[in-house]
Amino acid sequence: MSPERGAGETPTRFEPPVGVESEAFWEATREGRLLVQWCTSCDRGVFYPRVFCPHCAAGADALEWRTASGRATVYAAVVEQRPEAAGANFSGGEPYCVALVDLEEGVRMLTNVVGCPPDDVRCGMPVTVTWEPLSDGRRLPLFEPERKAS
Amino acid sequence: MSAVDRSLRGAAAIVGVADDVSPTGELDRFGRDLEVAMVLEALEDGGLALSDVDGVCHPESAVAFAEYLGVHPTFVESTMTGGSSYEVHVEHAAAAIAAGICDVVVSVYAATPRSDRTQGRRREWRRPAGPNPMAEWDMPYGLRTPMGPYALAAARHMHDYGTTSEQLAQIAVSTRQWATLNPRARYRDPITVQDVLASPLQVSPLHLLDCCLVTDGAGAFVMTSAERSRTLAKPPVYVLGAATCTDHMVIGQMPDLTTTPGAVSGPRAFEAAGMAPADVDLLMGYDSFTITALLHLEDLGFCKKGEGGPFVVDGHLGPGGSLAMNTNGGGLSFTHPGMYGMFLITEATRQLRGGCGERQVPGAEVAVAHGSGMFLSVMSTAVLGTEATL
Repeated sequence: MSPERGAGETPTRFEPPVGVESEAFWEATREGRLLVQWCTSCDRGVFYPRVFCPHCAAGADALEWRTASGRATVYAAVVEQRPEAAGANFSGGEPYCVALVDLEEGVRMLTNVVGCPPDDVRCGMPVTVTWEPLSDGRRLPLFEPERKAS
Repeated sequence: MSAVDRSLRGAAAIVGVADDVSPTGELDRFGRDLEVAMVLEALEDGGLALSDVDGVCHPESAVAFAEYLGVHPTFVESTMTGGSSYEVHVEHAAAAIAAGICDVVVSVYAATPRSDRTQGRRREWRRPAGPNPMAEWDMPYGLRTPMGPYALAAARHMHDYGTTSEQLAQIAVSTRQWATLNPRARYRDPITVQDVLASPLQVSPLHLLDCCLVTDGAGAFVMTSAERSRTLAKPPVYVLGAATCTDHMVIGQMPDLTTTPGAVSGPRAFEAAGMAPADVDLLMGYDSFTITALLHLEDLGFCKKGEGGPFVVDGHLGPGGSLAMNTNGGGLSFTHPGMYGMFLITEATRQLRGGCGERQVPGAEVAVAHGSGMFLSVMSTAVLGTEATL
């Protein structure tokens, strides 16, 4: 994947805007913490962040932020074979994996699985979060194959 | 959900259609010029005049388009659900006509992405207002649209049900067989499963020939009451049932990548029509990608969930098969300007009227136009029938 880079360098990714509901999420990425919005009314995770709970319609005061374990399972994965056609230059022109992963907290997010050949990523594969710096100091959550504890 | 109501059954009909495509993939008109031409041709096809129009559908702004046409409609419909927009318009126009809100409704589409590029015309791209989940949570990861989300669905379908690339390829092959019978299709040379598998991978597991075309194209349809339809130029094509369902917009919010909201819209439309998949002579199922068509077959009930792969290789789909699907050659081989749902309706109408030449489905009485919008996000199903089905 792309090498580490600091603020001020040319971004190699499309950099995500910060939604009004997700400021806390993006701030925490600066410290490498993955937050999940949690509904204390129905005890379920909420993603993407919202101003109310889409599962039980509880209001904003029922929602809090919890730090996720960072562990997830691949739900579906594909390989972009023509990065230039996708307008993506973060992989140095090489094919890369885009995947939907299910976090342990029960929410699903889109990501890239890195740290292994893209074609090796399979449905059901356990993965853990890793971070790629963005130009403004935020970091983007990516995932990599879970390393077996030695 | 509310109970299905059959009061729409046979209450409204499609009475005029027009479309404009070219085997070169490019048209020499664009924009309002093309839209107005489609509207006037569809009205003429139905023996109606612009002055008869009191309902206007346009997925960007029906109000702006009505003003341009110089009509003063009592029904405006700007529902924008991507490729399924025009099936939603059928449903809503039928309801409006049945309710007496209006009498003659026109819906139009024109897009020229290919000649826009070759002619260097700038395309307007409207930006959504408010929060933008796609920009914030999807775009950083380089998931190419539209094919990336469909590739994810294909990957999960393969994992859950053992569906293969060869099976998906068969859909492109069968659809191309129909295209060989349509002189207006963009691609008419027969292809094989091996040709599909040998075409370049785009977003794995989808190959180039698993993907729809990029062409210019335009079309329109006109609807009016059943009563009035019987006084007009062509045999009416009645709306027997219609239903729409959406369960997400961005792919990460889709509850189950292998089941589309067509599993709701399809059965509801059939129930409203008092019909079942076995009654269908023609399925016009939006084939943005081969996986899209496969999911329609399952979700509409032409085969069981997970059995789409074996179903499509059993020879059901091509000319002479048990289920005529996408007889114009589909988005895969006929035309695909971006929101292909209009052509599901023009082809279904022409087939039910008869006179489609070599590709005519003999004795076709019932057709389903099943539109798919955005990223498997919005499905809209219209069950259409001839006079004999009332």
